[in-house]
Amino acid sequence: MKLLRFLLVGILFGIVMTKSEAISWFRIQEMFRFQDFHMYGIIGVAVVGGAILHYLIKNGSFKNINKEVVTFADKPKTYMASLIGGTCFGLGWAMTGACPGPLYVLVGHGYWVVLVVIGSALLGTLVYGILKDKLPH
Amino acid sequence: MEFISQPWHWSISGAMIVVVMFLLIYLGEKFGVSSSFRAICSAGGAKKWSYFNYDWKSHDWLLVFVLGSIIGGAIASTLLASPQPVQISDATIQDLAALNIAAPQTLSEGAGFVPQEIFNFQFLTSLPGILMLVLGGFLIGFGTRYAGGCTSGHAISGLSNLQLPSLVAVIGFFIGGLLMTHLLMPLILG
Repeated sequence: MKLLRFLLVGILFGIVMTKSEAISWFRIQEMFRFQDFHMYGIIGVAVVGGAILHYLIKNGSFKNINKEVVTFADKPKTYMASLIGGTCFGLGWAMTGACPGPLYVLVGHGYWVVLVVIGSALLGTLVYGILKDKLPH
Repeated sequence: MEFISQPWHWSISGAMIVVVMFLLIYLGEKFGVSSSFRAICSAGGAKKWSYFNYDWKSHDWLLVFVLGSIIGGAIASTLLASPQPVQISDATIQDLAALNIAAPQTLSEGAGFVPQEIFNFQFLTSLPGILMLVLGGFLIGFGTRYAGGCTSGHAISGLSNLQLPSLVAVIGFFIGGLLMTHLLMPLILG
């Protein structure tokens, strides 16, 4: 029952990613070429709206469904990892035109070749996990 | 129905992402999709490496969320399908034509949201295809887990919570994306 709620939110997310066209390889190319405001508008509204959301939750002792006061953990201050890992992801994002969320949504659209992309992403994750202690963070 | 079926304005889309983020926070979790890769590797038996030796069942909700997003994609591509192709700018259409990528088509004419020149199994048998889809996927998995997040975890959750490591990660996303788009992709597809 608890997990069913996440299924419903996931369905909403899949619809939002599709109707926003954020799953489109073309839109990601357009973004990295700075030729339209579309993707910047989506991410910008999400960040500004999200910042307001975070502010309201932090200052309002907001309780979640489990009646717990919501707190937000800080991201680890591993700046080298953010920069190098982020650059690797950026290369892959521009090639496949999809970040992790849209990769899953594209499978739902029946683009079966995307399963190969997801398989490669899992392999990349595995290699990171194996090499983790040898990489600069 | 027509209001939902047509492509949404970016402001509506951005606001709906905030709704998704709020719902996940309300349900006691957070918005970040790339952690699912770690959970799948761990569930798949990679526990001999310490990074995967954690209780992946603490991410069961994320795996269900991801399953939901696949279903959402199926619903959106059928019941809520837009009659128009993706409306990208003319400048992008011209740039892509130079890379032998045709303008977006509708799903009934072509491949819809993605270029059919790239997203097919035939292309996977060529070197450019292996680079674009296999190496591209590998870099997504490796890079997001190295950076500790992707567009959802860093660019949206992290930036909106004013996290400096997330800003550095987003700068990295653009260094990689711009390098690929403007320097490397013309070599791969040219």
